[in-house]
Amino acid sequence: MSALVFDIAHLLAGGLVLVSFLLLYQARLFALLNIFALHAMVLTLSVAWQAYVQDAPHLYVTAVIALTFKAIAIPVALHRIIQRLGIHREIENVVGGGLTMLAGMGLVALSMVVMLRVTASADPLAREDLAFALSVVLLGMLMMVTRRNAVSQVIGFMSLENGLVLAATGAKGMPLVVEFSVAFSILIAFIVIGIFLFRIRERFDTVDIGALDEYRGERR
Amino acid sequence: MRVSADLAIVAILLIPLVAAALVALLPGYRLTARLNVLATLATLCAALLLFLVPRPEPGEYLMIDDLNIVFIALNTFVGFTTSVFSASYIAHEIATGRLTPVHIRFYHAMYQLLMFAMNLALLANNIGVMWVAVELATLTTVLMVGIYRTHEALEAAWKYFILGSVGIALALFGTILVYMAARPVLGEGVDAMVWTSLIARAAAFDPALLNVAFVFLLLGYGTKVGLAPLHAWLPDAHAEGPTPISAVLSGLLLNVALYAVLRFKLLLAANPGALAPGPLMVTMGLTSVIFAAFMLYRRRDIKRMFAYSSIEHMGIITFAFGIGGPLANFAGLLHMVMHSLTKSAIFFAVGHIAQVKGTQKIADIRGLSVTHPWLGWSLVAGVVAIAGLPPFGIFMSEFLLLSSTFARESWLAIPLVFGLLVAFGALLLRLNGLVFGEPTGSTAPVEASYLPMFAHLALVFAAGIYLPPPLVTWFQHIADLLG
Repeated sequence: MSALVFDIAHLLAGGLVLVSFLLLYQARLFALLNIFALHAMVLTLSVAWQAYVQDAPHLYVTAVIALTFKAIAIPVALHRIIQRLGIHREIENVVGGGLTMLAGMGLVALSMVVMLRVTASADPLAREDLAFALSVVLLGMLMMVTRRNAVSQVIGFMSLENGLVLAATGAKGMPLVVEFSVAFSILIAFIVIGIFLFRIRERFDTVDIGALDEYRGERR
Repeated sequence: MRVSADLAIVAILLIPLVAAALVALLPGYRLTARLNVLATLATLCAALLLFLVPRPEPGEYLMIDDLNIVFIALNTFVGFTTSVFSASYIAHEIATGRLTPVHIRFYHAMYQLLMFAMNLALLANNIGVMWVAVELATLTTVLMVGIYRTHEALEAAWKYFILGSVGIALALFGTILVYMAARPVLGEGVDAMVWTSLIARAAAFDPALLNVAFVFLLLGYGTKVGLAPLHAWLPDAHAEGPTPISAVLSGLLLNVALYAVLRFKLLLAANPGALAPGPLMVTMGLTSVIFAAFMLYRRRDIKRMFAYSSIEHMGIITFAFGIGGPLANFAGLLHMVMHSLTKSAIFFAVGHIAQVKGTQKIADIRGLSVTHPWLGWSLVAGVVAIAGLPPFGIFMSEFLLLSSTFARESWLAIPLVFGLLVAFGALLLRLNGLVFGEPTGSTAPVEASYLPMFAHLALVFAAGIYLPPPLVTWFQHIADLLG
């Protein structure tokens, strides 16, 4: 039984890393949103599995938040915003897809080396979870760096945050996990509202962050 | 007596929360501005009460100890004086139509929420609560930075948002790692996130895990401190937001993030197998000092220039705590207090100057000593103080830091002195242009609130001349605690 428990947790955490890679090379915004919804679904399953394995009912709350908020509400809201702003065109990447994937592989290798080495004393489930979680966090950061579009930067940030939730649920018995996921949900809601309210499109005629760089304060 | 201490703690947290709700609901910006001042004053009184009553036992979520009480006193004091400045600042913004009364309600509510978040972060006895509070503080300041909704303000708010979010995400990962390190020793549950129990049992933690955790925490909270190369959000956020917020950001929020780093440094110091956090902090501090010093020369925006000066000074403070030892820690603490007071005084002056001249461009502001002597000479006093000239308090702390660095690691003092001199030159060069020369721009009289500015400068001046012995013993005690 315990081997199966471990294998399923491993599968789900590994799946999250895989979906993070899928996010990296998506060229269209709608596809990116769908893959992100998948990312959040895999996270939901992983958190729910941890809740079951650790017999920690409060983690089910985190799973429900991940499902309703990140897998459904945010993608739907962003979908609408993208349609309203009329920006469902190709995304410009700063770095090419191949190079990004290579960098991503390097980051995963790095997080494996670092985390597996320093957590030698922890239990194997938490170890693997933490290594995968760090990979997801680093891949999320890589995505934020390689994308110039505000919406895809937000998605990069949300995938990064999914990695943090994975790490928090993997750390057995950690208190405040639900509070963390609520705090992050508020943060993300603010970002999404921010995109919409600040009407980056109207102000700048584009959601391309590169264009914002022209408005350096020094120029005034 | 136990009850009154608890009451004070509750008051420090509850007053800003209640005030935030009130100012959001009440109409009329004059009324809410007064309420804002009253609430911060009440919070300050509650904070001062903490010094008088015996301290309660640390709880699972909140605590008072020798270290955070200094931060709380400073936080509530500058929060109060800034609210006084803010009242006259926003009166001008309303008059010129840059902000509407609705914006002002929102602004005051966010101001009080920010006070709540910072006080919570400082009072927290729980690494999780501290993280949530720092996140809340980030959110409120992002909203305030973007309040003018110009191109520049939106860009600044977005940049701050993204960089700040990544920073706090890294800090959360570090927090989780600390919990992982503590769990085998302290068991599952809240205990493994409580500062007091963490510090008490830190020696038994897995050092490798703690090391990695500290790197994440330093990078995460370091982003909020504004240490180079993670500082990119800071100048924009300072330059584009309302000036009272620049004062609070520089004077308080950077300190709160630094406080978090210091706490985790203590945790590592309590574990014999963990890496020494000092060299990391020294490196980041020195990089910030030298980088910011050179950046000071190229600035054309007055608020942006003082934002870079904040990066420089946070670098100096981080450097001081990185060097460690009683003397350097003492210098770091003193420098932190002096920098908060001086920098917020400078921003008070700059806020009024930018309002009356209608510009933040350094080139367009000249001859202040003729057109607005009070503001001009206050700015002179502030810049002289921040540049580290005697007889002000910053001279004292920088002198202490340099002498202890020479004694401990003399070669490290060379880049530090170099950075200080470069920054000194830049500040005086710009000051000369701003205050002297042929006056330009509006000469209209300004309805300024001079009191907060003068109070800060007087305190910094007094500290440079004479530090009361009780204060010195107090700081020495904390410096010893910091190791």
